[in-house]
Amino acid sequence: MNEVVADRWILDRPNSYIGRSVPRPNAPRLAEGRGTFVDDIELKRMLHATYVRSPYAHARIKSIDPAAAKALPGVVAVVTPQEMAKIHDPWVGVLTHLEGIKSAPQYALPLEKATWQGEAVVAVVANTRATAEDAAALVEIDWEVLPPVTDAETATEGETPLIHNDLGDNQAWQRKADFGDVDAAYADADHVVEETFVFGRHTGVCLESRGLVADFEPSEEQLTVWHNNQCPHMVQNILADKFRLEEHKVRVITRDVGGSFGIKVHTYADEVATVGLSIMLKRPVKYIADRLESFVGDIHARDHRVKGKISVKNDGTITAFEIDDLTGIGPYSMYPRTSGIEANQVVNMIGGPYRFDNYRAVANVVYQNKAMMCQYRAVGHPIKCAVTEGLVDKAAKILGMDPAEFRQKNFHSDDSYPTKSAQGMPFENLSHEECMKKMLEAMDYNALKADRDAKRKDGIYRGIGFASFIEVTNPSAMFYGVGGARISAQDGATLRLDAKGNVFISTGATEQGQGMEAVISQVAATAVGVPPERLKIITGDTEHTPYGGGTWGSRAAGIGGEAVAQAGRQLRVQILEAAAAMLQEDASTLDIRNGVVVDTDTDNERISLDEIGRICYYRPDTLPDGFQAELVATKHYVPRKFPFAFTNGAQASYLEVDVETGFINLINHWCVEDCGTVINPLLVDEQIRGGVVQGLGGALWEECLYDDQGQMLNANMADYLVPMAAELPDIECGHAVSPTSDSDLGAKGAGEAGTCGAPAAVMNALNDALSPFDARMTSMPFTPKKVLQALNKI
Amino acid sequence: MDMYSDITLTVNGESVTRCVESRTNLVDFLRYELGLTGSHVGCEHGVCGACTIRMDGRIVRGCLTLAAQAEGAEVWTIEGVSETNEIRPLQKAFVERNALQCGFCTPGMLLTIAELMERKPDASREEIREFISGNFCRCTGYQAIVDAVEIAREKGANS
Amino acid sequence: MKPAPFAYAKASTLEDALSLLAEHGDDARILAGGQSLMATLNMRLSAPQVLVDINRIDGLAGINDTGDALRIGAMTRHSDVETSDLIAQHAPLIAAAVDHIAHPAIRNRGTFGGSIAFADPAAELPACAMALDATMHIAGLNGERDVPAADFFEGLYETAIQPGEILTGVSIPKIADGWKSGFMELARRRGDYAIIGIAAQAKFDGSTFGDARLVYFNAGDRPVSTPQTAALLNGQGWSDDMAEKLAASLKRELDPPDDLNADGPMRKHLAGVLAKRVLGPMAGA
Repeated sequence: MNEVVADRWILDRPNSYIGRSVPRPNAPRLAEGRGTFVDDIELKRMLHATYVRSPYAHARIKSIDPAAAKALPGVVAVVTPQEMAKIHDPWVGVLTHLEGIKSAPQYALPLEKATWQGEAVVAVVANTRATAEDAAALVEIDWEVLPPVTDAETATEGETPLIHNDLGDNQAWQRKADFGDVDAAYADADHVVEETFVFGRHTGVCLESRGLVADFEPSEEQLTVWHNNQCPHMVQNILADKFRLEEHKVRVITRDVGGSFGIKVHTYADEVATVGLSIMLKRPVKYIADRLESFVGDIHARDHRVKGKISVKNDGTITAFEIDDLTGIGPYSMYPRTSGIEANQVVNMIGGPYRFDNYRAVANVVYQNKAMMCQYRAVGHPIKCAVTEGLVDKAAKILGMDPAEFRQKNFHSDDSYPTKSAQGMPFENLSHEECMKKMLEAMDYNALKADRDAKRKDGIYRGIGFASFIEVTNPSAMFYGVGGARISAQDGATLRLDAKGNVFISTGATEQGQGMEAVISQVAATAVGVPPERLKIITGDTEHTPYGGGTWGSRAAGIGGEAVAQAGRQLRVQILEAAAAMLQEDASTLDIRNGVVVDTDTDNERISLDEIGRICYYRPDTLPDGFQAELVATKHYVPRKFPFAFTNGAQASYLEVDVETGFINLINHWCVEDCGTVINPLLVDEQIRGGVVQGLGGALWEECLYDDQGQMLNANMADYLVPMAAELPDIECGHAVSPTSDSDLGAKGAGEAGTCGAPAAVMNALNDALSPFDARMTSMPFTPKKVLQALNKI
Repeated sequence: MDMYSDITLTVNGESVTRCVESRTNLVDFLRYELGLTGSHVGCEHGVCGACTIRMDGRIVRGCLTLAAQAEGAEVWTIEGVSETNEIRPLQKAFVERNALQCGFCTPGMLLTIAELMERKPDASREEIREFISGNFCRCTGYQAIVDAVEIAREKGANS
Repeated sequence: MKPAPFAYAKASTLEDALSLLAEHGDDARILAGGQSLMATLNMRLSAPQVLVDINRIDGLAGINDTGDALRIGAMTRHSDVETSDLIAQHAPLIAAAVDHIAHPAIRNRGTFGGSIAFADPAAELPACAMALDATMHIAGLNGERDVPAADFFEGLYETAIQPGEILTGVSIPKIADGWKSGFMELARRRGDYAIIGIAAQAKFDGSTFGDARLVYFNAGDRPVSTPQTAALLNGQGWSDDMAEKLAASLKRELDPPDDLNADGPMRKHLAGVLAKRVLGPMAGA
């Protein structure tokens, strides 16, 4: 029995907008091409920066000759690493709660050597981007090419060169975990099943690339940065700190952001350098990463090799999991979130949906001379999910059990919460059984199996694959803050009634396209009691919004939304106090509904909000003596009861393998997930679908391919294959609803569930399709070439 | 013949005369010379479709066409087709169906679909997917976009 | 990612274009549809001094019925080929191939002649031109000359077009009675360059092959004709044995390259699969 301690007042409000598919207030503007993305911003005297990037994965900078570049008409500055380093402090991407993680100081431009192909080394500033690029081609760098470290498997071996001598080795971090008694479980098990899984390196490919306009005003030492980052307050803190500025004189503004997915949540050296250029030149400087730069400059993700084991009994009971994870993270740990979190998540979440007591893990995180790796949508989740679900599927097959039935037998049952995972992670309330049941119904599982089996007789190889999963959302301060990172886990919201009875909302959460503004408007409209069209939402400006964490880790709705709910309720109370003073009533008998103060019991209209605004702002003299109306309310919120709000769900894939060509055709995909209170069903479903497709990308198409010299071979959009419309199936979504008691709203995150489960579902469906053959595939992406190799056709 | 080109063209129904660097592509010209920032730049090598605009009645890649080549041409961008209400039902369907998230691909996507609806008014879902297969959307997974085309078509037929 | 500076010259006549090419020699590049060239310029993989734009030359675009053949003007856009009744009626191989070229916005701008002259070995139209025994019409200051497709493709991005010359059009023989076409390609995503593809043309006596031509694309440094394999078909009908014979022969006859999506052995294997999937249905099997 779940103890509901939260007050669900907001779900019971009259005229509630919670749970309705309200359209997004910012969508019509974007649909008319009237957005304001960073590259749309033009300032007087603005200059354009570009960077000379290292052609080598590992090379010492012997000398830099900028003379020819500087001489080109239109060039304003060519800045070397030494010049840049004079005005900023380096950063080190470590967190204290990732015990033992180490990294080297990183500068905006590297002082001694380039450590990945594509690292920005020299800055060029000119009147136009084209001229800057002309000049960049004229900068002469004398390189001493060093042997690169590319293979994670051998990165820490004695013969391998060191990337950073001061670190002593190429090991960034090691995490170990040991719960229960795995060896005893193995000894007692009927089967111990092993498998090795490989996850290709891939990247986010936000359609709007990273970019910023930095504008330093020297007389006030005021820095203003228009930036497409997900976390304006985090950027404010970092820029102030690294450039030794007063934090209140750094303003970070994020307008429309063209997708982020975790790519735009990090401290990129070229962006810091662009800020440095503005400080040096005392003029606005724009830098927009072009697509070729983005492929080697944006963070990459995944790139794990996981050896996994599961032990089971003949009755279908899972008794233990074990993993050995290896991941290469590029030459530095990314600041401030570190590049250890993905491996940490894998270790923490293996086996998540299932009951078992014994678990052992080791994760090795190593440095290499490739682009930097860090957190991208569903950090670690597609890996832990595919490893878990791949092992579960293989065990079910060995036991001769139906894969759905095997899962159902081992789930934490829906009535067993609160409980904990084998790793000790607290689960408040999950719904694996309900999600799987709903999904099997949506799929018409038995009919689907019959279809698959019938087609096999005709030489058509179709497969069904499942993936159940847990997902971390609503991260508390236990995620980053506890490790020393100045990343806000809390969010604030300020609501203000204006003189016309409309409500301004300032929030620390940010909009990246996920629909956060719609969610905020629904929550505020419900909490205050006004229609959404009377709301104006202000986000993404460190001068005008309460301190907040922005958008990451599936937090904006659950945390930012709750702050708005609390502030909205407070504003309603304050408005009603003013109304009560005007009406000579008891405030407790009044409510606000549809923008009008009414008698709670009878719904009789008493006074409109614009009349309250008029009186409070223009005729306060008519109010009773001693009464001062307060029409601004601010509330902050951070989850405290649980370190994260775990969500859960199930996905399934139905696909066909062309066993002669190796091509995989996705036929259907299902996802039933549980994100607690669904504030906007339309937006949640589209988050799921978009997330699923990003997961499908990693499973089938996307991979950053490198040669043994650390050169990325497909760093362009023709060769790096993102999912496009023609290859994708329609995706059917469903929901279970288990609200978190950590907030009144009860909303958990939904943004990463799709990405988490899709690769595992596809992998299992692929192996089901290949089951008539002696072929099994566990290395993503599943390319036609790998399929043909698995089938021994080539 | 010069490193610069004088051009006169019609953009969203207005005549425009400029002198541009000959290397300037059409989308950069629209964005930085004319301030028509609704057309977006996503890859600059013709793959992503974000810069799709309409020139002389057909969609083209703004990054693979020189501004100088638009001499005498009639160019329409998202701003123009929005103001004339030409694609209003489609835009409404996009909003209603949440067929855009970040909105960066949307202008190129809408102009592409406008051409689809003219050339293949009865396109199946598969044909819609094929027609937009040169327009990258990282957010939606495309299904909502396909749905929005069907919604716009239905509403158009009923209006 | 902006191109290096270049001068732009708009040719209003063919003579104008030819004299601009003569004037600037190796420093000049012809700008046709620009759908490949502009991308390479933007990426600074190529930096010509002068672009000679041939888009505004009258008479270079259009599809004309010349009796036994269709003459496709070099500047005919792919989308016009796609919607041409003449092409649909007389050149079904081209009709089948053209909508595999990239995407609608690219096809609206990219040109038939540009694709042939650029001679990307992974492109569809050069292979079709080979399979159809097309004739390339090439103009120079000294007049026009014709080159048969078999002699036109000389290597990776290399053709019989000499410095100072311009491809003005391609003549495709109309498909004659009893002839059939087949086309298929395997691309990771719709509109991508194929891992490998086949353009096939054969004459049928009932279901018996005659005069078969099989041309593969993305199977070598140019479109690759496989006459030895094609010869196995002549005088024969379709059978499962035939599919195996063709596959074995293709493994001997082809020597395809490795790239990010496939290596030579995979391409050889897929060539056999494509032969089976295209030729069987052509024979009515």
